[in-house]
Amino acid sequence: MIQGVLAVGLVGLSAWAVATFPRSVLVFLLFQGSLLFVYLARIPAWLRAALLAVALLVLMPVIGYYNGYYLEVATQVGIFVALALGLNIVVGLAGLLDLGYVAFFAVGAYSWAIFGSPHANLIFGGSAFPLGSWWFFAFLFVGLFVAAGTGVLLGLPVLRLRGDYLAIVTLGFGEVIRVLANNLDKPINITNGPKGITPITRPPVPFGLAYSEASYFIVLLIVIAVILVNRRLEDSHIGRAWEAIREDELAAQAMGVPLVRAKLLAFACGASFAGVMGVVFSAKQVFINPESFTFLESIGVLAMVILGGMGSIPGAVLGATVVTVLNLQVLKGFSLWLNELKNAGVAVFGYSLANLPTQLEPAKYERMIFGIILILMMIFRPQGIFPVRRRARELAHLEKA
Amino acid sequence: MTALFEARGVTKRFGGLTAVASVDFALDAGIASIIGPNGAGKTTLFNVFTGLYGADEGSVTFRGRPLLGLRPDQITALGICRTFQNIRLFANMTAIENVLVGMHARVPLGLWDVLSHRGRFRETEAGLAVRAAALLQRVGLHASVNDVARNLPYGDQRRLELGRALASEPSLLLLDEPTAGMTQGEAGALMQLLRGLVADLGLAIILIEHNMRVVMEVSDRVTVLDHGEKIAEGRPREVQSNARVIQAYLGTRGPARRREDRAQR
Repeated sequence: MIQGVLAVGLVGLSAWAVATFPRSVLVFLLFQGSLLFVYLARIPAWLRAALLAVALLVLMPVIGYYNGYYLEVATQVGIFVALALGLNIVVGLAGLLDLGYVAFFAVGAYSWAIFGSPHANLIFGGSAFPLGSWWFFAFLFVGLFVAAGTGVLLGLPVLRLRGDYLAIVTLGFGEVIRVLANNLDKPINITNGPKGITPITRPPVPFGLAYSEASYFIVLLIVIAVILVNRRLEDSHIGRAWEAIREDELAAQAMGVPLVRAKLLAFACGASFAGVMGVVFSAKQVFINPESFTFLESIGVLAMVILGGMGSIPGAVLGATVVTVLNLQVLKGFSLWLNELKNAGVAVFGYSLANLPTQLEPAKYERMIFGIILILMMIFRPQGIFPVRRRARELAHLEKA
Repeated sequence: MTALFEARGVTKRFGGLTAVASVDFALDAGIASIIGPNGAGKTTLFNVFTGLYGADEGSVTFRGRPLLGLRPDQITALGICRTFQNIRLFANMTAIENVLVGMHARVPLGLWDVLSHRGRFRETEAGLAVRAAALLQRVGLHASVNDVARNLPYGDQRRLELGRALASEPSLLLLDEPTAGMTQGEAGALMQLLRGLVADLGLAIILIEHNMRVVMEVSDRVTVLDHGEKIAEGRPREVQSNARVIQAYLGTRGPARRREDRAQR
């Protein structure tokens, strides 16, 4: 009861704060914190759903209306949530360590980039391209299936590999896709090499919304769908088979789990989420080149999954949010703040910050601070922020017996 | 008439070592035990039967169907399931989830059923859970349904492995030292359970076992392996008094042995 009042109050407070100080970073963090509280509070499911809906469908767009950058952050968070959830299936549930995950994201992104821009004319001749903006929605599915197919292609040769060996091969696979994107500009120009592809058609925007708002809603919709699919898979014989493979591959097979099919399905499912988001990403960015799909991105998504808690859906969502917000906002904001102090010539213990050598520029510490946070997490909470909670099954009839 | 399960001339080599040498084995019903000293090839034989190893020679048939060349999951789907000598549960999953994985081959649902969450999916899932709970009760784990397998006491883990194997609705069950680490009382209770399974479900069971009291009590037939070869087969009493069996288990007191003894003194 108290928690219910608190949850409503917190969302209300952040709504008021948004209306009053729409540009404040702290307000945006308060807003995010209220979402987390609503999720964790012991309140009826309908109240939780209603509060989340209000926050994500009303408050967030309002914040975005005043400060487009926050909407951009929210959209990025959504993209990474979907990526983390996809990788969570492969790494968290099936236990197959995949270090080249961003390759599937790239495949999805390029599938729309090529056909959604005039670039395809170079391949097929004529001037039929770019495809109309409505095609974007069809390509969400094209991206899904192409990425799933790529996942199967990757899965087939690595079926017999486990652990470290699998990690190395997938790492190589991720690099292969990036290098291909870099070099497939001749003899036939498919990817336009390092120059990248632009302009990529954006989806149609209804009701005179700003494009960034439409993009936010598309991402939100896809994230909801991805969470739903993830939960259904997890609570089925398919998800149990994946977990069994993670726990003991040999025993799983001896209990009737067809290893090949189950592993390929895991690769395909994980990849498909990345493929869909790749299509959204390329339309959102208007421009893509191979630099968007480096090894570091794969590692970043993996860090989200591990930080959140391997195999846990809320964990993947929170991990993606924390890492993205940390990188895009908190660490950047910290850098900017220190820079301001420096420019203002503030002195600490009689030492003027203006004399700070450029090597100690705060902006250069972002990665370091992120690294330290990861290390501390792994030391003090290796199971992640939201570790998997085994679902207890209610079996009333059993108690009687 | 063909037997339910029949192996002929099964040979398995690891490099220069012949782990199983031309073993014949057949079973129609009831409980058959395979015994023998450590390293006799008992577990290797199980691994060949369940498709974990290929065989170098010989044939294995189940209801007249050849098994060699099939994958372990295909063999399980045909109705053969096993437990492991060194317990191999899905350690981080609950007891009931372990049993549910065992049912994998019998789940009549596809990817689309799962994603669409149709009524059929819910009904089937609910049915599976009820059946899994009943199985757990049968093996005496009704109080630990939602316990994570890793946290179960040793004897319970063995029983859970049995429950998980039963979940695949086998008609032939292969148990690799199911009473290892159990007290005599626990072992006796387990054997009673196995007897019940044979009587109620018409299960056939092949048992690898070191606990001789258990073997002699429960088995309809006993096969003895030594150095990969079958050295004796028959009713428990016959095997017990077989000279080669006694020799395999206790060794002979030949001249070489006597010299060793003297040296030790």
